[in-house]
Amino acid sequence: MLWKILLGLYIAIITALAFVIPIGFIPGLGERARIIFLHVPSAWLSVIAFFVSMLYGIRYLRSKNIYDDIKSVSSAEIGFLFCFITTVTGSIWAKFNWGSFWNWDPRETSIFVLLLIYGAYFVLRSAIEVEERKATLSAVYSVIAFVTVPFFIFIMPRIMPGLHPGSKGDPEGAGPVVTFKMDPNMRILFFASLLGFTLVYLWIFNLRSKSEILKLKIENKIYQEVQN
Amino acid sequence: MLSSIWAIFLKDLKSELRTRYALNALFMFVVVTISMILFSTAGEVVSGTLLSGLLWVVIFFSAMSGLSRTFVSEEDRGTVIFLQLATRPSVVYFGKLLFNFALIFGLNLFIVIAYLLTMENFKVKSFDVFLVGLILGGIGLASASTIIAAIIAKANTKGTLYPVLSFPVLLPLLMTTINMTQLSIEGATFSETIGHLRILISYSAVVIIASYLLFDYIWKE
Amino acid sequence: MDFKITLKNVRKNFSRLLVFDSVNFELTIGSSLAIAGKNGSGKSTLVKIIAGLLSPSAGEVIYQIDGKKIDKLDWFKYIGFVAPYLQLYDEFTGYENLEILARIRGLKNYKNKIEEVLKRVNLYARRDDLVRGYSSGMKQRLKYACALLHEPIVLILDEPTSNLDAEGVEMVWKIAQEQKKKGILIVATNEAEELQMCEEVINLDELKLKSREQIVK
Repeated sequence: MLWKILLGLYIAIITALAFVIPIGFIPGLGERARIIFLHVPSAWLSVIAFFVSMLYGIRYLRSKNIYDDIKSVSSAEIGFLFCFITTVTGSIWAKFNWGSFWNWDPRETSIFVLLLIYGAYFVLRSAIEVEERKATLSAVYSVIAFVTVPFFIFIMPRIMPGLHPGSKGDPEGAGPVVTFKMDPNMRILFFASLLGFTLVYLWIFNLRSKSEILKLKIENKIYQEVQN
Repeated sequence: MLSSIWAIFLKDLKSELRTRYALNALFMFVVVTISMILFSTAGEVVSGTLLSGLLWVVIFFSAMSGLSRTFVSEEDRGTVIFLQLATRPSVVYFGKLLFNFALIFGLNLFIVIAYLLTMENFKVKSFDVFLVGLILGGIGLASASTIIAAIIAKANTKGTLYPVLSFPVLLPLLMTTINMTQLSIEGATFSETIGHLRILISYSAVVIIASYLLFDYIWKE
Repeated sequence: MDFKITLKNVRKNFSRLLVFDSVNFELTIGSSLAIAGKNGSGKSTLVKIIAGLLSPSAGEVIYQIDGKKIDKLDWFKYIGFVAPYLQLYDEFTGYENLEILARIRGLKNYKNKIEEVLKRVNLYARRDDLVRGYSSGMKQRLKYACALLHEPIVLILDEPTSNLDAEGVEMVWKIAQEQKKKGILIVATNEAEELQMCEEVINLDELKLKSREQIVK
């Protein structure tokens, strides 16, 4: 209980600081660079969540333990939510920085693909009724999808120039944002925020998978009593 | 092992030639799609770059209407057990993969001929780049669609699910091949596209290895 | 050669529905087992688990040759299987179906074997007709041909005489007798008479009662 209160306070402080902390002047971005404290950690969280989802998927394939599947879906749901948050915040920011909501920048494309993959993942799950089959097939799909994602890293630079801060083609020369040249305040707050988001993920993930497992147990119990 | 894979391939090929479930429908599908492009662009000057993109739209959707058949027909007719009791899962996978290679090569050949005949502005300058892109693209397309076909064959809404699941997985491949086709129209030399070739080859290799490792889980419950 | 199939505490449930629990038995060459039970008691499920088509929810199925475990991926080499839900390719002829099977299995000199097995199930005269044109009884005979083609050590029959005429039923009994001499026979059936094909009987209904009692206790 105590650690949740502390986590709440911690995130509240980070959120407040994100607006007020002096970050120095960054050419081409200015105050808009403050999005880094929210947007990048959301993206980070969704990637971790998807990765954990895949790991539990692989674990399910080996163990055939339905709890592993529940954990896998729970993590995918959280990942999807934060992937969506990343897309929306990024898109609003892009409107002000690049002039339009969507530019097919490499990173916009990658996040879009992640949304598509996990959109397809949930559609696949809803199209299968048998629990074991649902769990197996969605785990296999998430692995197949996951192994193709890294290809974007190699493909994007060949095909499109990047607009996103930190990409090679960044026209305004802001260069990689997360470097050790970054303003020290900014760097500390950024990493603190990453840590905070990771903890938030662990908390939601734990809560979500626990409640789903309990739900299953209760349903099983009701079923057994009806049987007897 | 190899002869068993070949036997599965021959069985599917013979079955297809005899029933023509996929072939006839695919043939008409390509004709319809290309006519659709022609109608919607009638009287306009369409650039070669745009046509290269549209070429892969035709290829993608044709593949999506034909490549799932090898698995879906086994599942629908209940012949899955026949194969499950006759050989190892990996043999079935590679047999079906081989069949889909054959199908996509036939399909691509037909689409490209139809395309070259009907689209005036589609002039390929570097034929080697174009051809290699088409062949490696076809291999990549078949490898990803084969495993996804095996997945959707077990689901309820097979038809609509197939492109939905395949598209995000195929996107890196399609972006590369579209770009390669555009380069071939612009007259790029073969050596300029070595990077693309590396991506295409490693994409297929990664997908086939992952599929091989995961197929057992899909094939038997 | 010493061949053994062992089932240890096999349980199967489809999500919440328990089909059966703690199935235990051991079969060696010369032994035969009939699986009895009402409709929906899980006979086919058990048969599929023995054949490796389904995985048990708990417990294990072990195949052994001379004390050495066989990899599950290789079980198919030793199994012949006949069941109503096993379908053949109806765009091919009876002969072609067997030929495809022989090639996939990698059998050598399969032409003689196919002819022999076709004669055995009395389909030789109709071997070049498409399976689509077969009657359900003829399809059942062809399934026997497919199951016997590679001379399996384990023959698994689910509802062995469905769709067969009197002569066909006799054929099945003969096949069963021969199988018992040189291998293992497993039969799942509703019909009391067919239980006589085998030496031992396992009744899934009684088993379910027992496992219920265990839970109540």
